[in-house]
Amino acid sequence: MAKYIYPEEKDLQRFVAGRYRKAWVWQTAFLSSLLIAIVSLTALLLNVVDGAFGYVAFEYKEDPATISEKPLQDLSQEELLAILQANLSRGAYNKLNEEKTMERRSQADLYNLVLERILKVDTKKTYSLYDSLFRKAEIETEVKDEFPEASLEFRYWLTPAFLSSPMSSRAEFSGVRTALYGSLWLVAIAIAFALPVGVGAAIYLQEYARKNFINRLIQTNINNLAGVPSIVYGMLGLAIFVRAFEVFTSGAMFGITDTNGRTIMSAGLTMGILVLPLVIINAQEAIKAVPDSIRQAAYGVGATRWQTIWSHVLPNALPGILTGSILAMSRAVGETAPLIIVGASTFISVDPDGPFSKFTALPIQIYQWTARAQPEFHNIAAAAILVLLVLLLTLNATAILLRNRFQRRF
Amino acid sequence: METVKKRDIPSAAFRPSDLKRKLRLGEGAIETSLFVLGILTIFITVSIVIVLGDQALLFFNDPEVTLKEFFTSTTWVPAIGDFGIWALVSATLTTSLIAILVAVPLGMSAAIYLSEYASPRARSVLKPILEILAGIPTVVYGYFALLFVSPILRNILGTENLGVYNMLAAGLVMGIMILPLISSMSEDALSAVPRSLREAAYSMGATPFEASTQVVVPAALSGIGAAVIVGISRAVGETMIVAVASGATSEFTFNPLKAAETMTAHIARISGGDLPYGTVDYNSLFAIALMLFLVTLVLNLVSQWVVSRFREQYE
Repeated sequence: MAKYIYPEEKDLQRFVAGRYRKAWVWQTAFLSSLLIAIVSLTALLLNVVDGAFGYVAFEYKEDPATISEKPLQDLSQEELLAILQANLSRGAYNKLNEEKTMERRSQADLYNLVLERILKVDTKKTYSLYDSLFRKAEIETEVKDEFPEASLEFRYWLTPAFLSSPMSSRAEFSGVRTALYGSLWLVAIAIAFALPVGVGAAIYLQEYARKNFINRLIQTNINNLAGVPSIVYGMLGLAIFVRAFEVFTSGAMFGITDTNGRTIMSAGLTMGILVLPLVIINAQEAIKAVPDSIRQAAYGVGATRWQTIWSHVLPNALPGILTGSILAMSRAVGETAPLIIVGASTFISVDPDGPFSKFTALPIQIYQWTARAQPEFHNIAAAAILVLLVLLLTLNATAILLRNRFQRRF
Repeated sequence: METVKKRDIPSAAFRPSDLKRKLRLGEGAIETSLFVLGILTIFITVSIVIVLGDQALLFFNDPEVTLKEFFTSTTWVPAIGDFGIWALVSATLTTSLIAILVAVPLGMSAAIYLSEYASPRARSVLKPILEILAGIPTVVYGYFALLFVSPILRNILGTENLGVYNMLAAGLVMGIMILPLISSMSEDALSAVPRSLREAAYSMGATPFEASTQVVVPAALSGIGAAVIVGISRAVGETMIVAVASGATSEFTFNPLKAAETMTAHIARISGGDLPYGTVDYNSLFAIALMLFLVTLVLNLVSQWVVSRFREQYE
């Protein structure tokens, strides 16, 4: 056996110092990968905000001074109505009136109509928030050179009007109201399906299932379903809900005849199936966290199995189950691919009036608008992303609150 | 105080075991209906296989299509009856590979930092950030890829080398999207390694780096492997980022600087239009979806197998 020669102290120190230097370098490398993640997240959020506000150069085909002496924003509802009546052709006015009675429209709504129909506003160029803040002078000279007729205005693309107006073919007047309603309907149907089914299956797996082949199969299968790409669920929904069950999902069964199977109902059920594994897995975790002593106490006083589950296990697992289903809801809100497949309408300006109407949803709008070539659509896509992120944030904050407020530690 | 009536007290002939014999129909019905709900999940998988398989069979039975062409040809032009899946698979492989090259090193380092180095306070700040990243809808990542990453890459590489739509930007952003998944799964695996192993390493004079890479990571390797496999499966099935940012031309290429359509993006684009039911194009989508389903299913099963087969059991 070779004799081990202990190194000189100087060499030893150098060796140890080298090892610690290496350790330090790697620690920095590990930390920097986290920093990359943080930087990406920040860049993503800033990029969205950057697109949602900024200068806009636009021209009016008609001069506002010809139709009103006062600035248009300051006009009252009646005055705007009078302008519309005076400047629009009879047919065009009646058509608008049919969509929604003119007298019942808000001032902002009418103001937009005046801009769109009478002044015919034309967006020439939009600028990002960063440019608007730090390169204001350059923007002003550029606009003066390239579009001498145009005026420059700082615009918030995300406004109350953006939330309350329906879609439009012009980015300037588009809103997300229809999409927002569509998303809410979808999530409601999805969770109405997934919550009872999911919790039931979770109870079965945690409380009843013996360790045999079929139950192991169910468990493995649920884990696999959680990993199936969402687009595959979309194809499933297309074949089953949109086509095979068209009688039900189009509402023909209930006397609704003007739609095909591409309705909120189809999309909601597809989404419900998609989030089902998530609901089951979360509910299982919540039920698992209820200690056995509680069950034994119930059995000890003579409760049956179901009595034990209903009055002891479920109440204790409820906060966890609810938290899990809110997380599932936020997944359903953001999921896009299955909706494209199941057939969200690309253009629709009527609010959904029930589960059997055509629909669009927030992520679909974001997709459509991002894919458009005109830059002003990218601006409203950014504004819609902000709406979506706020919605998700609200959902997740509710989940965290629920967890912190009601979860019991045993 | 109420007194117990005499007839409520069991007679001497009553044995406690009689209680067991009582038939409780309600209990049985509840158990059965809950079992049915459990079986429903299997039914979902079965119907995915049947639906996709059925339509895919229709597709392969079409005279324009042969199995050989589907699996060997490299052109996908439904308009002239060319159905070579490799044109779509190549793009899926390229974007997924880029995503994995980004997500695995970053995700694993992040996991090692969080579980081995970070103080509890740092963890409580850093982990939620990763969770936020995981919660952002993929269509938002698509927006980010197309309108932020792609322009930056075009600035760096030159606009003549890189188009607006390219697989590089899509793949990079997909990597960022998968990062939190890989890091949280790996971190779970790392923190399941018992403390005593680390302490043993430190007592031998190991540096934190040596302890984590030579002791903790090898011990958690099965979990990390599973995380990587799940990450691949997620990348293969990801739709919106590639649908927005990687272009709408099906082309057989592994060049990340080019635009090419992945399997998922193709399904999304074609079904987004008003495709009539029952045509070859329509059925071809189901064949692609079936392939996607099978690939991700195999990947998920392999990852579960890796965990159960190679897990180091402690205590």
